Amino acid sequence: MTIDSKIQVRNVNVYYGNAQALYDVNLDIKSKEITSLIGPSGCGKSTFLRCLNRMNDVIEGCRVEGNITIDGENIYSKDKDPVLLRARVGMVFQKPNPFPKSIFDNVAYGPRIHGLAANTTELREIVENSLEQAGLMDEVKDRLNESATGLSGGQQQRICIARAIAVSPEVILMDEPCSALDPIATARVEELMGNLSINYTIVIVTHSMQQAARVSTRTAFFHLGHLVECDETNKIFTTPNDKRTEDYITGKVG
Amino acid sequence: MSIFEITIVILIISASAYFFGVRKIVSLSAKYKKKPDSLMKYYGKNAVIWAFVPAFSMLVAYSFLAPVYIETVFIDKLSKIFPEYQQSQLNLVYAQVQNIASGFLESSDVQLLALSEQLTSWNEKAQSTRSWVILLVLIGTSALGYNKIKLRFPARVKVEQFFERLFLGAAVTAILITIAIVVSLMFEALRFFEVYNFFDFLFGTHWSPNIAIRDDQVGSSGSFGMIPVLAGTVLIAFIAMLVALPIGVFSAIYMAEFAPRGLRDIIKPTLEILAGIPTVVYGFFAALMVAPFFRSIGLSLGLDVSSESALAAGAVMGIMIIPFISSLSDDVINAVPQSLKDGSIGLGATKAETIIKVILPAALPGLVGAFLLAVSRAIGETMIVVMAAGHAANLTANPLEAVTTVTVQIVALLTGDTVFDSPKTLSAFALGITLFVATLMLNIAALTVSRKLSEKYD
Repeated sequence: MTIDSKIQVRNVNVYYGNAQALYDVNLDIKSKEITSLIGPSGCGKSTFLRCLNRMNDVIEGCRVEGNITIDGENIYSKDKDPVLLRARVGMVFQKPNPFPKSIFDNVAYGPRIHGLAANTTELREIVENSLEQAGLMDEVKDRLNESATGLSGGQQQRICIARAIAVSPEVILMDEPCSALDPIATARVEELMGNLSINYTIVIVTHSMQQAARVSTRTAFFHLGHLVECDETNKIFTTPNDKRTEDYITGKVG
Repeated sequence: MSIFEITIVILIISASAYFFGVRKIVSLSAKYKKKPDSLMKYYGKNAVIWAFVPAFSMLVAYSFLAPVYIETVFIDKLSKIFPEYQQSQLNLVYAQVQNIASGFLESSDVQLLALSEQLTSWNEKAQSTRSWVILLVLIGTSALGYNKIKLRFPARVKVEQFFERLFLGAAVTAILITIAIVVSLMFEALRFFEVYNFFDFLFGTHWSPNIAIRDDQVGSSGSFGMIPVLAGTVLIAFIAMLVALPIGVFSAIYMAEFAPRGLRDIIKPTLEILAGIPTVVYGFFAALMVAPFFRSIGLSLGLDVSSESALAAGAVMGIMIIPFISSLSDDVINAVPQSLKDGSIGLGATKAETIIKVILPAALPGLVGAFLLAVSRAIGETMIVVMAAGHAANLTANPLEAVTTVTVQIVALLTGDTVFDSPKTLSAFALGITLFVATLMLNIAALTVSRKLSEKYD
């Protein structure tokens, strides 16, 4: 156990009804760096990601066993409120999913429900600051009151990131955030991730090994519900310990 | 031959047309060692269409038009025999002759008997002509269709065209019937406005349609101001929506977002049963149970509740509309993408916050549409109000009093002994067209509103 690990995952098993999706996963995620989860489709990496903010709770028939602690607190203990947890652990989804509201209202959504701003001036500050951090302020500052669904896909995804930042989370989970974006928008989001990792712990699921190599410090490889290995990204992509990892990154399987 | 026999013949010929059609194309294909344009079966289908459709349409047309034609010619003939008779009297004589001819009526009048014999012979002649005409058409068009079969004949395209026209025909029929209904309503309504001022009808505040049929009767002047009737309709629809909207929408939210699968499987069919109850059952539920219940509650509170009240009728109508609203709302809420719900939950919103701030706004266009459709149903609903709302045209906003509605008045005006050209009867058509215009406007509003709102978000 390393001292600076933000999230510790111990012996986690996940079931959808009778089907087991994750087998005995153990993983440490370090503070203020980017960890990538890679692996072939259906390997359980998204399921694992959704364990970290208990989004699996909303799926009927999903059961999580084991311990996950953030800063030493077990997030699955009975007295923990998943709603408060999700304010600490933000999430960005595969498909950009801005609410059908104005750009301002999208970013202000989280602060409003969590009562983070005492008045409208503060709220405006939070919103502008979040947009600034998401690198979107220059593009949208003249149309904060227009619908967010009218933006381009890449802008929508950055709105979603701004929306997540606005609640000032400690961890941001990203579930294939660039899979619906073109290369230019992808590059912008990756640049943004790099900037955000100064202040936030980021866990990203990605299908693109190049993306994992580009953005992350550490990479975890999942295969058929097992965590095969997790190490420095460099090491995973050059000298993996496990044969399965090697086969995957060299394109022999998956 | 009877219609039944002719139909059988048409069917047999059509069926064999299929086999002959396929056989011809097969032999042509073998003879020239070439594949035909379309698959073999399309040549068979094409032959069937040529055999069946013209002959059968002819049969239908002939069966409808021949009696009309005979009647016109025969009455023309009668008018020469009885030059002093009016048109209505001639119609009467014709009906008499018809009944004698078909044996429902006996008569000793020599002239009538002779006429009836003549009518019988005309009918027989029409029937035998019919057989011949249809057989001729059947054989002619079948041969024509058979003749059309060649290797280069695009049978598949023709069959496709036929079906397209068939579906177009169905759509056009539906539209034409709607137009016909509206036009006939309008003509009768216009006849009413010939005898009664249009603005007095539209803005009059006194409704008492009792009009004398004979000139010497007492109280022969009716009054047709429709405001009280319309007000009653609006009041009851308002009460109904007050009941149906919250229960319907909230139960839809519960079903879509909270209910575990098992419970949902119970609630949904139960609500659908509610939708399947005949309105007349709701009617006596309202009249015999709900109205007395409200009355006794009112009495214990010292309120005077009439035994037929807008409240009782409206409340029961609301119950009737609940499944309508809840199932429409359920669909609309389920159509909100899961990604939006995930986005909100992922930001730490509770379920209720997600519903109020994300799901309902996103579902709003559909909900408004559902609401307006439900209102137009409430306005058009008849049976419950006939049984429970009363007939007195009170102009009141008090839900505890009896009121009457447009639909109740139409029922009252058109049941029992009526004379078809009295303003009393005709006013029903004016009410009908008012109702039609009202629901039409509501439906248009529903469409516009939901389009406007969804444009804002897309």
